[in-house]
Amino acid sequence: MTLTQSDQQDSFEKNTSLPFHDLDIERLQLEIADALHRRAYPREGVFAVRLAVEEALVNAYRHGNKRDASKIVTFICRIDSESASFEVGDEGPGFDIASVPDPTDEANLEIPSGRGLLLMREYMSLLEFIEPGNRLRMIYRRVKS
Amino acid sequence: MSAKASQLRISRVGEITQIEFIESKILDESNIEQISGEMCSVVDEEATPKVIIKFGNVEHLSSAALGALITVNNRVKGKDGTLCLSEIDTQIREVFTITKLDKIFPIFETTDEAINSFS
Repeated sequence: MTLTQSDQQDSFEKNTSLPFHDLDIERLQLEIADALHRRAYPREGVFAVRLAVEEALVNAYRHGNKRDASKIVTFICRIDSESASFEVGDEGPGFDIASVPDPTDEANLEIPSGRGLLLMREYMSLLEFIEPGNRLRMIYRRVKS
Repeated sequence: MSAKASQLRISRVGEITQIEFIESKILDESNIEQISGEMCSVVDEEATPKVIIKFGNVEHLSSAALGALITVNNRVKGKDGTLCLSEIDTQIREVFTITKLDKIFPIFETTDEAINSFS
């Protein structure tokens, strides 16, 4: 169920709460990319946001909701000319971010999974998890602080 | 359920197998599984695989796609083969740098350079 969406000159906003199997990630990414393009975000910014949003949604499904596509993933987004901010939540119990292995450690390089968090952290200006860890907030600022 | 059309273009020049992505985005989870399965099948057919994956058409990928590449690379290494990547867009190249996967994948600007690396 899409709760709200508005796309005005000053900001693009979207607020959805859907079972993962009803979530069209590619379409969502295209809407976000379009909102960023119309506010003249640079190509690397569009790439960064698109990648981070996908990683956040897929992590919510895979790790938070344990690949149960009938469980709800919430998504809140606000894009204006200064920044693009997102919140993604799942139905899981949360997790301790400190328990996630560093995928860039030599010993972990050949393990196929576990890079989504790293990519979100690298590509976004801010990434934080809200206790107990089943909701994240991330922001891309046009001028990184 | 009918099988999906291949997402890959596979060709062979001498001992070297070249794999090219048809789609510009390596996104959807089921597509990634299919791509990974197809690439592993190619590797399984070779005694000592020499494989180049060409990224010329790819504009976007995810960590799931990186995972698929690692799975294929592990399979190649298990047969004493070599897998390398070519024609990677600057932004996607950065993903390999951030994740330090450029340490396990030889990456070449052009496919010719990748071919020459096998000789």
